[in-house]
Amino acid sequence: MMKFDKDKLIIGAAGPVLALVSSFVLTMLVLLATGLDPIEPIQLMIENAGYSDIQVLIINQTGIYYLAALAVAIGFRMNLFNIGVDGQYRLAAMLSAVVGAAVELPGPLHILLIVLVAALTGAFWAGIAGILKTTRGVSEVVSTIMLNAIATSLIAWLILPKNLGVQPQGSNDLTTGEIAESGWFPGIDMGQGNGEIYGFTFVALALGVVYWFVLNRTRFGFDLRATGESESAAQASGVDAKKMILTSMLISGGLAGLSGMPTLLGDTHTYSLSFPVGVGFTAITIALLGRNNPVGILFAALLFAFLDKASSSLDVEGYPKEITQIMQGIIVIAVVVSYELVRRYGTRRQQQKVGEELAAGGAIKTDKEVSA
Amino acid sequence: MELHGITKRFPGVVANKDIAITVRKGTVHALIGENGAGKSTLMKILYGMQKPDEGTIAIDGEQVSFSSPGDAIARGIGMVHQHFMLADNLTVLENVVLGGEKLYGIGAKARRKIQEISDAYGLGVRPDALVEDLGVADRQRVEILKVLYRGAKILILDEPTAVLVPQEVDALFDNLRELKAEGLTVIFISHKLGEVLKVADDITVIRRGTTVGTADPKTATTKQLAELMVGSELPSPETRESTVTDVAMLKVEGLTLTESGAAAAAPLTTAAPPDPSGTVSLQEIGAGRKLLDDVSLTIHKGEILGIAGVEGNGQTELIEALMGMATPDAGVITLDGEDISKVSVRKRREGGIGYIPEDRHRHGLLLEAPLWENRILGHVTEAPNSRRGILDPKAARQDTERIVREYDVRTPGIDVTAASLSGGNQQKLIVGREMSHHPKFLIAAHPTRGVDVGAQAQIWDAIRDARREGLAVLLISADLDELIGLSDTLRVMYRGKLVADADPATITPEQLGSAMTGAATGRLEGGDERPEQPEQSEDGDAR
Repeated sequence: MMKFDKDKLIIGAAGPVLALVSSFVLTMLVLLATGLDPIEPIQLMIENAGYSDIQVLIINQTGIYYLAALAVAIGFRMNLFNIGVDGQYRLAAMLSAVVGAAVELPGPLHILLIVLVAALTGAFWAGIAGILKTTRGVSEVVSTIMLNAIATSLIAWLILPKNLGVQPQGSNDLTTGEIAESGWFPGIDMGQGNGEIYGFTFVALALGVVYWFVLNRTRFGFDLRATGESESAAQASGVDAKKMILTSMLISGGLAGLSGMPTLLGDTHTYSLSFPVGVGFTAITIALLGRNNPVGILFAALLFAFLDKASSSLDVEGYPKEITQIMQGIIVIAVVVSYELVRRYGTRRQQQKVGEELAAGGAIKTDKEVSA
Repeated sequence: MELHGITKRFPGVVANKDIAITVRKGTVHALIGENGAGKSTLMKILYGMQKPDEGTIAIDGEQVSFSSPGDAIARGIGMVHQHFMLADNLTVLENVVLGGEKLYGIGAKARRKIQEISDAYGLGVRPDALVEDLGVADRQRVEILKVLYRGAKILILDEPTAVLVPQEVDALFDNLRELKAEGLTVIFISHKLGEVLKVADDITVIRRGTTVGTADPKTATTKQLAELMVGSELPSPETRESTVTDVAMLKVEGLTLTESGAAAAAPLTTAAPPDPSGTVSLQEIGAGRKLLDDVSLTIHKGEILGIAGVEGNGQTELIEALMGMATPDAGVITLDGEDISKVSVRKRREGGIGYIPEDRHRHGLLLEAPLWENRILGHVTEAPNSRRGILDPKAARQDTERIVREYDVRTPGIDVTAASLSGGNQQKLIVGREMSHHPKFLIAAHPTRGVDVGAQAQIWDAIRDARREGLAVLLISADLDELIGLSDTLRVMYRGKLVADADPATITPEQLGSAMTGAATGRLEGGDERPEQPEQSEDGDAR
């Protein structure tokens, strides 16, 4: 059935393409409406992306987004909306930074410990929402949003110098102290001052492969997808829905915890007040745009990293770099609308095809003669 | 009323093609055809819910065009849907005037009008009764009254007998004759041929979306009608030789399940057990009602045990308790000598329980997933679907191809989604999947509901074949002929209790019907005569 596969591919790509094109067009209209040149900023961004140092930045940001978006996507596959990825990510980065700075271990072990603490912290924070949902029926959307707020306050309190924080001399910033060099994840130096590609970026890519394998090739993944597609059917098939909700929340939180690792292990080596925030929210859009598919998410993460990093010099040229944020916002809306449109079209089209092929006698040959 | 050249296309299918029907005034006109033949689409067109692509509708010689049910009502067309559209917590009076307040107000005038209509057609409706206290047959009469109240001269009844027991069907037919005598026109959609012959003045047969002929009920036989309807004789669910052994496969003792709060109550009120007297004692409705009350039964190897009962009397709960989806308060379930009362759903499935669910869309399929993934559903831990926790898509796909071939699932391939198959083909896929794992015990809930005749015969064959090889089957069905024909033993379920048992060789549908309404208990002794024609009957139209 090659024809169906080709169709599926076209329909699969139609959603994102439609979303991107419409959001580009709408962004240009916004620029026009504010009396600016709609073409030049985009030209500038593409030009920027040609520089090696920007490319390194884009790749590094892609890894961060990729991990966070995988965390969101695994929830989506299960019909769970983990809006708390951002809180899980920040809390995990903070606590693992504290642990990392407090101990000194031989290289790989040190890194492993930090990574483990991060994953467990993220899983724990998401697990609270999971337990609330399975025992009390609290919607994970509400509880994870609240947990985000709690995480913000908790971090603000923990990072006070009287608790776990450190105030570097001559600075207003608060940090968790520097992690010893044994806990730095080696990166790849691109030379000529272009910077380093974080080593953890490759871990992120590997996790994408694991994500694909677990979802598509294991019993667990099948149960998870089945639950996401129809909870009642999954339950009748033998899936323990509560266990599944809790497990997927834990995995999602664990991945969210890991998404702080590229920055922490490869760049800052400490958690400070200026540690990037909002990654978990951007990741929701990326997971949506990438259709929860590991390859799709990779491209979506790359696009968002490009928008983030290539726009930094727009200010200098007299364009507000916030236009990329407008664009990202429009993408969210465009994605939802265009996917639904394409889904409806696809379903109709397939029903039509099945009807046509059956009418034309294209059915798989059957043993029994038709009686009706 | 006259219909000419009605054609309606849906993506991929032509639901109606060049349909021509003439309905004479003051008659009962039956419209018959098997599931998926296009009856429902035609009725939706008549009632203004859908617009035909081509063709004309004329009423009393005047051409009309409906763009909404409101237009149809204004033209004197009323429809009684298969699934009632009544508000349970309102009285009959309130339900009738709802949306029609302008006609006769909401007070004494409306009450007088309702009483007047009720008396004129012998409907026996009490305006102040609460709808939730009414049985299915009474609710149906309220629906009819609602339509008459709005001044309908042409009534469309969509499969009105599907939810009724035989006695109630007779009462309904008496009502229809009254309506006819008063000069009203009734269009009666059905696929139960015996009933059609009893009540109709004219019969139009629809097959594959087009009118294939008309018949005169005075001379036609069910056999002729069946041939017009499906092009061949209707399959009979009859099982000839007995294969029952004395080895018990499934034993259920004292199974009790108590309603656990409002959430569980919701689905039950919509299908409240009917009561011949029209009243239900309040304690039965209150929380803590027993959904399953001390149910005990034994099914032997090679035996099909049929459970008869009006829907909502605990059949769903029995299935859920047996599958492990609901936790009973008391009782022991033993499968093949092993106590499985506390075992998870998955372990029970692995242990040899096959499950044909009553609602295949909710419990049997992943509609958006391809067929081969649906083949894995419910058996993900078993060969050929997986090995040591890892899926084996290649083997699963191959096996799906086999199921598609052996069970005659009509599909262009195994990569299409389950949603794109017709109801009958979806059901054949489910039956094939469950049979492929050689269950010891099969739960078959309404196995042929909404399934076309060809598929129905194949599903019956599959169940009979497995029974011969020693399968124990729990058959739950609203189709009394299917129950009587397939079962080796019959039990009647009423308000969560097994109240009566019967021998399918001697029982008649009428006797079974009265036991289903709680009017008879204990051992039912059948008369000598079997129904002469095994009637074709399933619930619902193709979805």
